[in-house]
Amino acid sequence: MMVGIPFNVPFLAVAALIGIAFYIILSQRNLIKLVMGLGIMASGVNLFLVTLGYREGGVAPIYTHAPIERMVLPVPQALTLTSIVIAVATLALMLSMVVHIYRHTGSIDSEESRTMKG
Amino acid sequence: MDKLITHSPILIIAIPLLAAFLTPLISRVNEKARDVLVITTLAFVEFLVIILARDIYANGIHIYTLGASSPTLTIPEQYMVPVRIILEVDAMSIFMGIISATVSLAAAVYSLSFMKEETGRDRFYTLLLLMIVGMFGMEFTGDMFNLFVFLEIASISGAALAAFRTRFTDAVEGGFKYIIISSAGALVVLFSVGIFYAQYNLLNIAALAQVIQYTMLDKIALALLVIAFAMKLGGVPLHMWVPDTYAAAPAGITAMLVVSSQACMYALFRVCFTLYGVTLNMATVGWIVIILGMLSMFVGVTMAIPQIDIKRLMSYHAISQSGYMLLGVGVGLAVLGNPEALATYGREAMSGGIFHIINHALYKGLLFLTAGALFYRTGTRDLNKMGGLGHNMKFTSIFFIIGALSISGIPPFNGFASKIMIYESVYRFNPILAVIAMLVSIITLASFTKAFQSAFTGPQLPQYKDVKEAPRSMLIGMGILASIIIFFSLFPGLIVGWIVYPAADALINQAIYISAVMGG
Repeated sequence: MMVGIPFNVPFLAVAALIGIAFYIILSQRNLIKLVMGLGIMASGVNLFLVTLGYREGGVAPIYTHAPIERMVLPVPQALTLTSIVIAVATLALMLSMVVHIYRHTGSIDSEESRTMKG
Repeated sequence: MDKLITHSPILIIAIPLLAAFLTPLISRVNEKARDVLVITTLAFVEFLVIILARDIYANGIHIYTLGASSPTLTIPEQYMVPVRIILEVDAMSIFMGIISATVSLAAAVYSLSFMKEETGRDRFYTLLLLMIVGMFGMEFTGDMFNLFVFLEIASISGAALAAFRTRFTDAVEGGFKYIIISSAGALVVLFSVGIFYAQYNLLNIAALAQVIQYTMLDKIALALLVIAFAMKLGGVPLHMWVPDTYAAAPAGITAMLVVSSQACMYALFRVCFTLYGVTLNMATVGWIVIILGMLSMFVGVTMAIPQIDIKRLMSYHAISQSGYMLLGVGVGLAVLGNPEALATYGREAMSGGIFHIINHALYKGLLFLTAGALFYRTGTRDLNKMGGLGHNMKFTSIFFIIGALSISGIPPFNGFASKIMIYESVYRFNPILAVIAMLVSIITLASFTKAFQSAFTGPQLPQYKDVKEAPRSMLIGMGILASIIIFFSLFPGLIVGWIVYPAADALINQAIYISAVMGG
C-alpha cells in the first residue's frame, strides 16, 4: 500500500485540500463560499480514496482488457464514484437552499440572513 | 413465513425504497391511493421488523449477504475475507429498527393532516420514505462504507424535509444548517473509512474488528468518527444546529429527525463497542462519552429554560435527554474491560441508557407532535402568545401531559423507569454524575411545567375561542405514541427483559458479532 511512503505528493494535496476546506468553512460568512468549501472538502476526500488504491504503473481495473499482473485497486474507485454522486446531490440541495435564503432575506451573508438566535 | 424472515433485513430497506419512487407516480392518479400506499408500506415494514425481532431474540444474529447464493454465505469460496455487502442485524440493531419503524409510522399518519395545506406532497412522502430507508440502512448494515452511504441518504432527505415548507424563512435556514453539518460529518466519516481501507483492505465491520490493531491511524479514525457522530447526534458542544433545525421542521419530521439523530448515536456505539471493542483504551473513550453526555445534559437543560418558542424549548430538552443515553452507555464503555464492575453496574447502566433511547424517541416524538398540533391550530410557536388552549384541545393537552411527565422522570411513567436504572448504576460508578443527572431531571420538570402552564391553562383567550381540536389523523399519530408510552410505563420490567437487555448484551459481546460473519 502507498500509506507507508512518507511525503507523498497526492497525500499532501489531500491534506492541502481538506485544510483549505476547513479554513473556508470556519472563516467565511458568505453561504456560497461555505458550499464551495464543502465541495472542496469532498474533492479532498475523493482524492484520498483514489490515491489509496493507486499502484505504480498499474492500469485501469477493467478485467476484460487489463493484463492481470498490475491493476490499480478497483474498490476505492467504486467508493469514490458513489461519493461523487452523493456530493453532487448534496451540493445541489445546498445551493437550492441558498437560493431560497436569498429570496427570503435578500442576503447570502450568514450573519445578516440569520433569523434564529439563542 | 420462513422465507420472509430470511429476507426481511433487505426487504425492510428495499420496500420503502421502492415505495418512495412509486409515490409520485401514484400521486398523479389518485392522492388518496398514495396516502394508503405510504401508510401500508410503513405498517408492513413495522410488521417485518417485529417478526425479524422475534427471530433474533430466539435465534441470535441475523446475517444477510447481498448477491450471495445463500444469504448466510458471508465469505465466498477461495476468499479469506467478506467481499460482499453484508447486512448484520443483532439485538441492538433491531432495537433501533423497532424505534425507527414505530416513530416513522406515527409521524407519517400524523403528517397526513399536518401537511394537507402544503403543495408538492408527493415529494414530501418520497423524501419521508427515503429518510426511513437511510435510518434502517444505518442500523442494519455491517459495512463501514454502507454506513456512510445510508448516513448520507438519511441526511439529505432529512434536510430536504426540514426545509420542505420553503415559504418560511426559518425552515430553509434550519434545513441548510442541517445539511452543512451532515455533509461535513459524513465526509469525515468517509475519510476514516478510507483510513481503515488503507490499513486493512477491509470495509466489513466484523472483519475489521477482528484485525484492528489500534495503531496511531486507528486512533485518528476513532477521534474523527466520534466527532462526526457527536455532531450528528447533537451533543454539546456541537449542538448549534439542533434547536434551529428541530424547531423549523414540520412537526412529524421533527419526531423523525430525533430518531435519525439516535441512529447516529447507534453508529457511535457500534463503532466504540463492536469495531474497536476490546482493543480500545476504554476508560479514556468511556470518559469522553460520559463528559459529552454530562455537557449535553446540563447545557441543554439550562438553554431550555429561557426559551419562549415551544419547539425550541423541546429541542434543547432533546439535547439534554441524549445526554442521559450517552451517560448510561458511556459508563458501560468505561468499565467494559473490568468484568466485575461490568456485571455489578456496567450492564445496568448501559441498559438504562439504551432503554432511555426508545423512551426518548416515544415521548419526545409525542411532545413534538403536540407542539405541531398547537402550531397547526394557532399558527404560532410562541408560548407567550398561547394560553387557555386546554379548554378546546383536550386530547392534545392530555398527550402533552403524558409526554411531559414522562420526560421529567415522574413515576410511574417510562421516563422514570429508564432514569432510575441510570441513577442507581451510575451512582455506584461515580455519585456526582448521578446527582447532576437528577438535578437536570428536576429542571426539566420545571421547564415543562412552565410550557404547559403557558400553553394550556388559564382563561380562554378571545383570539383562540374558535380553536378546534387537532384533526383526526394527527390525534391517531399522537395516540399511537401515547399508548405505547403507557404500555411501557405499566410493564417496564417486561420491556427491559424483552428488548433492552439483549441489546445491551449485543453491544458488550463483540466476539459474537465478529464470529457471525467470520465464522469460528
